[in-house]
Amino acid sequence: MASTSTSVQTPGRSVWDGGVSPMGASYGKLMMWFFLLSDAFTFSALLITYGLVRSAHPGYDGPIDDYVFSPAYWPVPEKVFDAIPFFHGLEAPLVFVGIMTFILIMSSVTMVLAVEAGHRMDRAAVEKWMLWTIVGGLTFLGCQAWEWTHFIVGTGTPTIIDGVEVFGANLVQNQYGPPDFADFFFFITGFHGFHVFSGVCLNFLIYYNTVTGVYDRRGHYEMVEKVGLYWHFVDLVWVFVFTFFYLV
Amino acid sequence: MATTDIHIHHDVHHHDDHGHDEHHHEGNFWTTYVFSQDHKVIAKQFLITGIFWALFGGILSVIFRLQLGFPEANLAWLKPVLGQWITPENKLDPEFYLALVTMHGTIMVFFVLTAGLSGTFSNFLIPLQIGARDMASGFLNMLSYWFFFLSSVVMLTSFFLETGPAAGGWTVYPPLSALPQAIKGSGTGMTMWLVAMALFIVSSLLGGINYITTVINMRTNGMSFTRLPLTIWAFFFTAIIGVLSFPVLFAAALLLIFDRSFGTSFYLSDIFIGGEALPHTGGSPILFQHLFWFLGHPEVYIVLLPALGISSEIIATNSRKPIFGYKAMIGSMLFIAILSFIVWAHHMFVTGMNPFLGSIFMLLTLIIAVPSAVKIFNYVTTLWKGNIRFTPGMLFSIGLVSFFLTGGITGIFLGNSAIDIQLHDTYFVVAHFHLVMGSASFFGMLAGIYHWFPKMFGRMMNDKLGYIHFWLTFVGVYLVFFPMHYIGIAGFPRRYYTWTNFETFSGFADLNMLVSVAAIVTLSAQFIFLFNFFYSMFRGRVASANPWNSTTLEWTTPRNPGHGNWPGEIPSVYRWPYDYSKPGAKDDFIPQTIPYSETPESNLPHENELIKLESSNGHGAIIVEGKH
Repeated sequence: MASTSTSVQTPGRSVWDGGVSPMGASYGKLMMWFFLLSDAFTFSALLITYGLVRSAHPGYDGPIDDYVFSPAYWPVPEKVFDAIPFFHGLEAPLVFVGIMTFILIMSSVTMVLAVEAGHRMDRAAVEKWMLWTIVGGLTFLGCQAWEWTHFIVGTGTPTIIDGVEVFGANLVQNQYGPPDFADFFFFITGFHGFHVFSGVCLNFLIYYNTVTGVYDRRGHYEMVEKVGLYWHFVDLVWVFVFTFFYLV
Repeated sequence: MATTDIHIHHDVHHHDDHGHDEHHHEGNFWTTYVFSQDHKVIAKQFLITGIFWALFGGILSVIFRLQLGFPEANLAWLKPVLGQWITPENKLDPEFYLALVTMHGTIMVFFVLTAGLSGTFSNFLIPLQIGARDMASGFLNMLSYWFFFLSSVVMLTSFFLETGPAAGGWTVYPPLSALPQAIKGSGTGMTMWLVAMALFIVSSLLGGINYITTVINMRTNGMSFTRLPLTIWAFFFTAIIGVLSFPVLFAAALLLIFDRSFGTSFYLSDIFIGGEALPHTGGSPILFQHLFWFLGHPEVYIVLLPALGISSEIIATNSRKPIFGYKAMIGSMLFIAILSFIVWAHHMFVTGMNPFLGSIFMLLTLIIAVPSAVKIFNYVTTLWKGNIRFTPGMLFSIGLVSFFLTGGITGIFLGNSAIDIQLHDTYFVVAHFHLVMGSASFFGMLAGIYHWFPKMFGRMMNDKLGYIHFWLTFVGVYLVFFPMHYIGIAGFPRRYYTWTNFETFSGFADLNMLVSVAAIVTLSAQFIFLFNFFYSMFRGRVASANPWNSTTLEWTTPRNPGHGNWPGEIPSVYRWPYDYSKPGAKDDFIPQTIPYSETPESNLPHENELIKLESSNGHGAIIVEGKH
């Protein structure tokens, strides 16, 4: 907007002296950064809350072979998340979530390629890589839907809590451990999933605009870059969610 | 825009500012006044909404002050307004009393002193004082207001519920706020409170991100960070604090919504209601307090810093002196902003926290006294030997300094984790924060309105009415809050509906009566302001372009700046904003737009060096005819 001065910086004057964008970034990109900063605080708050509640519960310290689900201690993630689709009964700890994570990280790679293609003003390549990114995002969401379903339905073997057979988990009851475990699982992965969903919508918007030639007419593909920032952020957050829920 | 075409618009009485500006578009009523993307219109929208809420919140406080000051009074006359909230015995309903204090707090802290203050002055002053056509994103700025409006509508609607608005205190601590069975106010009213706050946070984030980006990216030529007026610095820090702390409240509110509506146990554990155990287990209500105060404490500075920035500007202008310690002012604001994030647990000394942890938070809290004192001393030294002009804005700024000092000193008491055990949740706390953040920020807001009214509406407010308003409010505020310290030291807990059951406290009935009378007088005095505000908007004396002989950029715009603010080129900036009464200068102020090359008589040696840079950047050198 205002006063997009293109004058060459003279000696003794700094880029911070006004008249130019001091960080070499457009206002839209800066806004995205500050939004991500604030969103990072939201996720930090949630993850720290999770950490505090988890540390308030006792952990399981018996031999791992005797492990059974019980609300008396926080569950061991390898025992909860050990299923993969079409292989009922097979114990594959963290394999499925590993695949999910890989898919999401790959979609970040394709996003980088889309941004790079945008710099070259290569519309066909942007279309291609955006489409792959969308596919990656949708696959991740599909995997999450399967994992949630599995988590909700349960393993088929109930846990007896207060004399009642409990199958699977919801926000009130939980076969795998204390109710808070399921509460946080649903809330934080759900909140992250919502971010991924928003990201897929934004990616689709970008894809659509690319196909219709909006950015070619505009003369630059900066929107791809801005949405790319968001997508990488969502990816980065998943790394933390993954670490907190599945690894530690 | 061609950067070589230097054209400073000198004729300030020139009303044809339309044709010059390619950014200006004639809109219809809806795009000009309602869904406007112009920062000045959005600022006025925030201001008017803020004034509405201030009045509303003030009336709520007077209603509960009636109960506290005159517990035996017959309140039947309020029945037409409050309906069933007046009991058959013609008393205030005790649960509605709780709703009143809750909503008074919520409205004043968030809707008046956050949205009303930052929303108005950040929006209005940032583009005008840094020399920008508008905010970075006018559209998001418009959304920011409309999210606030939506939030206001939801909050206001909750007053018309049968079970009343939220009543768990403005801090909405669970389990009280989480269990609809607990009190009426934890029913739908609480749900609407949370929805309204979620919308409010969205509005605040949209605004904050915009303010930060605008300050970084849109400063005009020559407007380096060290030439920014202190108002802009204050708004900048405020926005950063808001962007970092509000999301944490957002997380806390979402978790509370889940606890309330979907049966989760984030904050709840081992609760019996009516002898029956609730299914919730494993959560912790203290957790909410941590999350809440991680926003809640920075929020104090979100409310206060803009007011301090505004008063810095007004005090320097009306003392006709440079602000004392410009960089110390920035440094102290930065220091306050950093500290504000690491002191939150001083609100929680009595939650059973480890005393060692308490002592760390105590230490950090008491350190805030240092930058605060720096600011107070700088205000006083700016006033020292100045040619003080007591405009209403100046009076309110000085009033702010007084409240900030008085309330700040009691903060040292409360920050002490040992004394806090006695004073926690008493009227001492109420007195403390009403002075230091409530009244001080409110005075900052009023000062800002008096000072920038000419720029907002092109007319002057009436000084006489301003003086009456100031003295009534200033004396009234002290009469309300000073006695509260004594009531608090005597052990009166806050938020209690009545004390008449306790013989110990009956000796303070007269003091409470005095407080209530003072509160009524103070509220009444605000109607003088309202009259002055709306009357002057249409009938006030026409303002000149620079009525306070101020140096900052907003006074170089036409009397009624159009969309885009400056007709023609945006002026360049050559000096800091506080060249008042510079030795050797012709006038007692030199606007920021005057290059050093034009003022050889008053330049300091290092400023003469800067003349070279002025001509070498291709701007400035062309401006010879100096009207300013």
